[in-house]
Amino acid sequence: MGRASRWAAPALSVLLLLLFLGVWHAATLPTAGQQVVDAEYAKLVGAAAATGQKTAFPSPADLGAKLWQHLKEPFYDRGPNDKGVGVQLAYSLARVLAGYFLAALVAVPVGFLIGMSPTVYRALDPFIQVLKPISPLAWMPLALFTLKDSSISAVFVIFICSLWPMLINTAFGVASVRREWLNVAKTLEVGPVRKAFRVILPAAAPTIMTGMRISIGIAWLVIVAAEMLVGGTGIGYFVWNEWNNLSITNILAAILAIGLVGMVLDQMLARLTKLVTFPE
Amino acid sequence: MSDPLIRVEGLAKRFAGRDGAHATVFENIHFSIEPGEFVCLIGHSGCGKTTILNILAGLEPATDGYVFVGGREISGPSLDRAVIFQSHALMPWLTVMGNVGFAVSSRWRDWDRARVRAHCQKYIDLVTLAGAENKRPAELSGGMKQRVGIARALAIQPKMLLMDEPFSALDALTRGMLQEEALRICAETSQTVFMITHDVDEAILLADRIILMTNAPNAKIAEIVVNTLPRNRNRHDMHRHPHYYRIRNHLIEFLVDRSRAFDEESAASGYDPRHPPLVRPGLAGDSPAPEHSIPARPPTAAKPLVAVVK
Repeated sequence: MGRASRWAAPALSVLLLLLFLGVWHAATLPTAGQQVVDAEYAKLVGAAAATGQKTAFPSPADLGAKLWQHLKEPFYDRGPNDKGVGVQLAYSLARVLAGYFLAALVAVPVGFLIGMSPTVYRALDPFIQVLKPISPLAWMPLALFTLKDSSISAVFVIFICSLWPMLINTAFGVASVRREWLNVAKTLEVGPVRKAFRVILPAAAPTIMTGMRISIGIAWLVIVAAEMLVGGTGIGYFVWNEWNNLSITNILAAILAIGLVGMVLDQMLARLTKLVTFPE
Repeated sequence: MSDPLIRVEGLAKRFAGRDGAHATVFENIHFSIEPGEFVCLIGHSGCGKTTILNILAGLEPATDGYVFVGGREISGPSLDRAVIFQSHALMPWLTVMGNVGFAVSSRWRDWDRARVRAHCQKYIDLVTLAGAENKRPAELSGGMKQRVGIARALAIQPKMLLMDEPFSALDALTRGMLQEEALRICAETSQTVFMITHDVDEAILLADRIILMTNAPNAKIAEIVVNTLPRNRNRHDMHRHPHYYRIRNHLIEFLVDRSRAFDEESAASGYDPRHPPLVRPGLAGDSPAPEHSIPARPPTAAKPLVAVVK
């Protein structure tokens, strides 16, 4: 039973993948040459398009070939509109990490302050409540106008979207540190700095890390959209550029890459969260 | 008699009610604790026992009254008064050594790591936890956790130990073992202890004096029972001593009956909250009535006593 259940889930996963690829393959098979449009129109657009023999949508094999091509040479750079997927992903990652760490630098100390002081919490709460639901992309024009640099604007958008989950979780984690631990610190006459680092920080760390994990997920979602807007470099720009090239294969390859990188980022944060989590 | 280590004068706690009236939990609390003495405070839940302990610890302000430690009024928490919490209050991200070490390095900030470790080890050994130094609280049983709490409190060598129902969350067997260890440790270190409990047997086993509190609202100290059992008592044959059931019955009778209707009783007997009567029920059969005589019980209340005497 134990061994069977251990292999059942991966086997089912593989089976589902094969089923999906099979359906996809069948759906993209070239159909028999049947004229579906007017003969005059067929002359105009070419036989292939007119008969629907070959759609622009790639088959799994096309995508596999493309992926192999990208994997063989991920970091080539042949001018502004022809860079390897690896290079584009590196641009996106750099922007995400820059914005994310800037946000952490602001959110964790401010969150600490909010969590420690109910007065500060009540004072800042209306601002947070209004600013939090704003789509990060809505800041883009403002950022472009004030910062006058598209790449920095993208970093700013990442900053603003990863700020809120970290800020709110830090404040919540700090505010809900168990009273008895604070009482222990009090009876031991522990100073405020030692209390912050030795009691409150470890106690709130799992909640803070959860906020950071939510933030990295949101940041990775937003960077694609932001780069579609600002253009130039990055995986978001790559997707948009390939749309303009009508290369669905490249778009699919990019989508897969975005998913994989997002998963790796999330798993890294999950590992870190596990490190600071303590069993009760 | 030497100067008391702790003197409590006119302590009161009131909460502002919704209509502006003050709800008094307790008031006019006067008592003192001598160095090396083990004092238990016993009373029903809600009478403010834990609040009194928190005030002594400096964790909560009193509405009225003063607490003096060694002749000086307290102004907040202090390393002189270690607290053992009911819920052990260990930090789950630290090991046993880390938890005790946090307290020790808070007490002696200039000690190096090796010295802190050596000092912690002494107290971990004292509570017989040697071998579990690197375990985290989640890996320990309830009894072991509370031992760590005791080691943490003792390791800072406080003048005074405050215990808030420290054994009430444990199962009966573990509780018995820990009570005996507490007795042994307090004898070894001649530690002054103030303990809250609602367990009558625990109070008789551990305490030199037992403070009886009436029910809230307006709770007060009804009387202070002197434990006349010899100090080398133990859990196993304590009940064979002739004083044991007299004290026990006296305490239970108080909790079941008198704690509720103490106001009527005290009005008749010239009760003075500054000097609550000191009684020795253990000697009741051997000597004339103590300073405070117990009024006749109403016939309706005879029922619970049957269950009590067994």
